[in-house]
Amino acid sequence: MKAWFFTEDAYPQLPDQDTYRSIRVNLPNKHFDPETGADNYHQFLDMWLMAEDLGIEIMLNEHHQTATCVVPAVPIIAGILARETKTARILILGNPLSNLPRPVRTAEEMAMIDVISRGRLECGFVRGVPYESAPANVIPYRGTERMWEAHDLIIKAWTSHDGPFNFEGRWFHARQVNIWPRPYQQPHPPVWVTVGSAGTARPVAEHEYVGAVFLAGYPGIRPIFDGYRAGYLARHGKDAPLDRLAYCALVYVADDEAEAKSGGETLLWYMTSNKVPVEYNNPPGYHPPAVAAKIARGSVSGAGVPLQPTLQNQMARGNMFCGTPDQVYEQIKAIYEYSGGFGNLLMMGQAGHLTFQQTKRSMQLFSREVYPRLKELTASHDSDAMKETRAALPDREFTDLGTFGVEFAR
Amino acid sequence: MAGNNGQTTRIELPGASVDVVRKGSGQALFILHGGGGPVAAMPFVDRLAESFEVIAPVHPGFAGSAIPDHFDDLQDLVFLYLDLMDALELEDAVMLGISMGGWTAMEIAVMSTARISKLILVDSVGVKVGGREDRDIADVFATPPEELARLFWHDPANAPDPAHMTDAELEMVQANRVALGLYTWQPYMHNPKLPGRLHRIDVPTLVIWGESDGLVTPNYGRALCAMIPGAEMAIIPAAGHSPQAEQPDAFVRHVTSFAS
Repeated sequence: MKAWFFTEDAYPQLPDQDTYRSIRVNLPNKHFDPETGADNYHQFLDMWLMAEDLGIEIMLNEHHQTATCVVPAVPIIAGILARETKTARILILGNPLSNLPRPVRTAEEMAMIDVISRGRLECGFVRGVPYESAPANVIPYRGTERMWEAHDLIIKAWTSHDGPFNFEGRWFHARQVNIWPRPYQQPHPPVWVTVGSAGTARPVAEHEYVGAVFLAGYPGIRPIFDGYRAGYLARHGKDAPLDRLAYCALVYVADDEAEAKSGGETLLWYMTSNKVPVEYNNPPGYHPPAVAAKIARGSVSGAGVPLQPTLQNQMARGNMFCGTPDQVYEQIKAIYEYSGGFGNLLMMGQAGHLTFQQTKRSMQLFSREVYPRLKELTASHDSDAMKETRAALPDREFTDLGTFGVEFAR
Repeated sequence: MAGNNGQTTRIELPGASVDVVRKGSGQALFILHGGGGPVAAMPFVDRLAESFEVIAPVHPGFAGSAIPDHFDDLQDLVFLYLDLMDALELEDAVMLGISMGGWTAMEIAVMSTARISKLILVDSVGVKVGGREDRDIADVFATPPEELARLFWHDPANAPDPAHMTDAELEMVQANRVALGLYTWQPYMHNPKLPGRLHRIDVPTLVIWGESDGLVTPNYGRALCAMIPGAEMAIIPAAGHSPQAEQPDAFVRHVTSFAS
């Protein structure tokens, strides 16, 4: 098991939630105090360095026009960490390819980070979240097709070394493509793609890329991972290795249950803060019409987070692992076995007002007391035994939160 | 010509098919609907079908129809309808376009008015009249539903209420939004080149506007009207973006007296 420390780099110093309609897209940036913002950035950079010191890998992402994540250009943070770190893998999950105008620029940025870090980049590609169609001014209809076309161009830019080529696709055009630098890793950095359904998992499996699932929990994780595994087996004639799958959840480890509950509640800010109205979370063509209809009716959130998250229901769904080291290990092991296994744990270890010290203590405990056991778990992985274990566990459903998780593909 | 009773025919054209509703008999009245969806079932169309043969295609993607794989924007719709008008062998048709259908009608008319005798634009989008930071047309994809209702309707109580729709109806509304987005996303609801081409419209043109339209205001309508040689303007009181729905009597009166 490889564990990755992730924070969205939020700006949580906001006015009362009742005073604004949306935390995304239109929240006036007068609420962003540059001094506080500078402190925040340095604190988050320190957290990633702390994670490296604890032997944990690094995960970064980007979002736009939102206080939930003030990294609108992930290559900048990744570039800093490429220089400041020495050993950790640096995962960007990801570059929102459907919403970015020039894939060749992304290919250049990623190659540069890969070279500076001497080959430590793991490069994720994502479709993007619904509320960013406005900031990007890109209609999300056919966004997945756009993403794959941009991907094709990037891979070609990374792997062409004998002079320029031209690319005239449906969405992207580029001429005389001949990037400098080329990537450090050959033929190119490992690629990750987020997946939210069996259908979107299939092409990822066929490419042998890492398929990452966010917060699907017990209701959603099996069909997605199964879709990946089926696609992998069909194309490659063997079982998908554990390291091809990743699961992202909130993680908080504490010395005792009282502190775990308190820290877990603080971490839950990631979900409770995500106030996004229907006009931003349901742009045309992002969700299938049947899901869009439910969002319009208000019975389902279009934002990929539950309508009424509580620590208890998010832990029950497998979206948050929270407790003492023993408890957290058992929670992770349970969904690991239920899902058929995964080799990457993406940990949102900080969100909202969780302090540096709380985050550090949680990650220390994780690193010392949980991580070694998870590594043993994956080291002793046996494909046939896992299938038996999994088969013995019946499907678990928590119907109170509707399609939450299924629609979440960032 | 025998009277049509509102039947829908699927017409196969090169690269795409289109559903066409026909009602009534007489001079052809070619109606291009707006982003809200097909209008052929609305009372104003029945009234017009007493004097005209209404020919009302459904834009691909609306009312449950498929968006052809190669469709990217409004230009695809324009060429589809040029083909359709040829296939139907329309002659001296009155072309009436509502909102984005008005934009489509103008794009057709600047290419060729060979098959049309008159043009009617209803609360039409399609051009930019203000500066680059002026929001000429409300951003329907970023406006809260209640605010949108207030801008769209003279009486917001006329707005359809999702709570009173079936799942299937609501799903169709959402699918219609996808098609509207495809046709109008960027440049938003307009073609920057169109004003420079409107001089080519050489048929009598009537611009109809709902006085209370907050989505695209009557002042926008006046500016648009001034771009089309000889165009007349008719303002309908107590109506918003959909005067044909809120004031069908006045609407039918204007259309009939202009087109007959």
